[in-house]
Amino acid sequence: MDRPLTGNIGPDGPLDLAGYERAGGYQALRKALRDLAPADVTKMVSDSGLRGRGGAGFPTGQKWSFVPMGAAAPRPKYLVANADEMEPGTFKDRLLMEGDPHLLVEGMILAAYAVQADVAYVFMRGEYHLPARRVRQAIGEAYARGYLGPDILGSGYRLEMHVHTSAGRYLCGEETALLNALEGKRAIPRAKPPFPQAAGLWGKPTVVNNVETLCNVPHIVARGPAWYRGLGRTRDAGTKIYGASGKVRRPGAWELPMGTPIREILEEHAGGMRPGHAFRGLLPGGASTDFLVAEHLDLPMDFDSIAHAGSRLGTGTMIVLDDRTCPVGMVRNLEWFFARESCGWCTPCRDGLPWVAYVLDDLEDGRGRPEDLALLAEQARLLGPGHTYCAHAPGAMEPLQSALKYFGDDFARHAHEHRCPWR
Amino acid sequence: MLSADEKRELDAEAAHYRDRRALGIEALKIVQRHRGWISDAALGDAAAAIGLPPAELEGVASFYNLLFRRPVGRHVVLACDGVSCWIAGCERLLQAAAERHGLRPGETDADGRFTLLPVACLGACDRAPVALVDEDLHGNLDPERLAEVLARYG
Ligand SMILES: Cc1cc2nc3c(=O)[nH]c(=O)nc-3n(C[C@H](O)[C@H](O)[C@H](O)COP(=O)(O)O)c2cc1C
Ligand code: SF4
Ligand code: FES
Repeated sequence: MDRPLTGNIGPDGPLDLAGYERAGGYQALRKALRDLAPADVTKMVSDSGLRGRGGAGFPTGQKWSFVPMGAAAPRPKYLVANADEMEPGTFKDRLLMEGDPHLLVEGMILAAYAVQADVAYVFMRGEYHLPARRVRQAIGEAYARGYLGPDILGSGYRLEMHVHTSAGRYLCGEETALLNALEGKRAIPRAKPPFPQAAGLWGKPTVVNNVETLCNVPHIVARGPAWYRGLGRTRDAGTKIYGASGKVRRPGAWELPMGTPIREILEEHAGGMRPGHAFRGLLPGGASTDFLVAEHLDLPMDFDSIAHAGSRLGTGTMIVLDDRTCPVGMVRNLEWFFARESCGWCTPCRDGLPWVAYVLDDLEDGRGRPEDLALLAEQARLLGPGHTYCAHAPGAMEPLQSALKYFGDDFARHAHEHRCPWR
Repeated sequence: MLSADEKRELDAEAAHYRDRRALGIEALKIVQRHRGWISDAALGDAAAAIGLPPAELEGVASFYNLLFRRPVGRHVVLACDGVSCWIAGCERLLQAAAERHGLRPGETDADGRFTLLPVACLGACDRAPVALVDEDLHGNLDPERLAEVLARYG
């Protein structure tokens, strides 16, 4: 099976530049600079069917096509790799950056070439010390070899690349808040439109893509869109890094064809549930996705199938709930996370999320009332899409509303028995 | 004023950004690295170095979790309380930190050795529960392993 994203990742640490080149690395860049116009690269990525791996699944080629091109385009233009990865339960971009940093660097150069960016940043969360060291090392090697700098491989294309390490706030991952953070401000989202592709960093055209998204690009350029489409098991293209954490036998992350069924990931790769634990549900792609339950286990893990089931593929790294873990306690943990990480810009989110979290505290600590369930359901509606400035609060409501739907009896028991039955 | 070392580090970063205001977070991280934490004086020095009013830089400093506006211990322990670590028992770990090591969330222990801060998912959920001590990640922790890990830091 083809594993383009993780094929170079082994137990001995990442490949250095020479090793990466021996494995075929930077051939895609050479090909692009020699044979392809920027628009050709964008078209290949569009034709490949690649959709963003940062959570929303936006078609990558289409995103790039919104960037103004040509001599009249505002300059400088920017490309940013979103390496903030703070979504609880998500651990895939770390794996890529620690395991094969040159793949990210090559993907970024290709993406930057496609939109004719002048400067590229890796926006890395502050806690990622080892990934930062490895990506910086790879960038240094790429400069030394002429893959970055004023005249890349004699093509006349010029690109700078830097690593920005952040100072820790979940909201920095939201792409417009990320732009503010990179400009040295508080990480508060910006209104859209204008979209970053038109007016992003310092008001200039900017593309923000997730690390995993960018790591696909060298392979698409090297082996073509048809090959890439063929990797998926459903209509969705490529491979995906799936993960599982929680009380499974072998927590981990695996690169598999897009559209691999949930059951196969959980049973064959994660080894099933740990002895003494039964499956109750899962968040398919991080903290801000809706719960799925046993009836969904045969769904393919791709964007459309998971959306049809009322959830989101998100980051594709699932968090498994077992029968010995309290669903109310799990949701309480999630809502405190979201409350703590609210940027505070708009009132419903800033005030509403702690309120939701306190109600969950009450239920867990034996102070719950039967009417709390309706209260929580109402909050889930009021903090949902359209009522807040960015997607943070609606994301926070996804696990809550779906937990009420699937585990409503457990919530009710907390209220009626005035205790958590799991404690 | 920034020290010569601090200034050199800031100048190296300056080339990466289009304006000096963008250096705010970097400047704060640099003074924190050299001085342990960001005192009012350190904040003033960083603000002066990038030409920003201190109040404005304070607005930035107060937003980010990893910029410390109070003194911290010699080592900072970031204990993940994200959902996967919660499922794996991070509460037990926090309890052990308090009972066995006198370490409470948001506080520094009596001899100034460790500051314990809860943090969102550290991106290592397959090794839950995890904690970062300074720049080292430690996974699959339980109260015994936590004690072993802490003993390695002087
Ligand atoms: C609150 C919030 C946090 C986010 N955090 C991240 C993140 O850590 N990493 C990421 O790649 N995308 C994150 N996103 C999604 C980004 O806004 C953006 O959609 C993504 O980086 C685009 O890249 P893609 O098109 O390659 O997926 C977040 C979104 C929201 C609303
Ligand atoms: S929804 Fe929350 S995180 Fe988003 S802008 Fe409003 S307060 Fe900030
Ligand atoms: S939840 Fe602790 S590392 Fe992800």
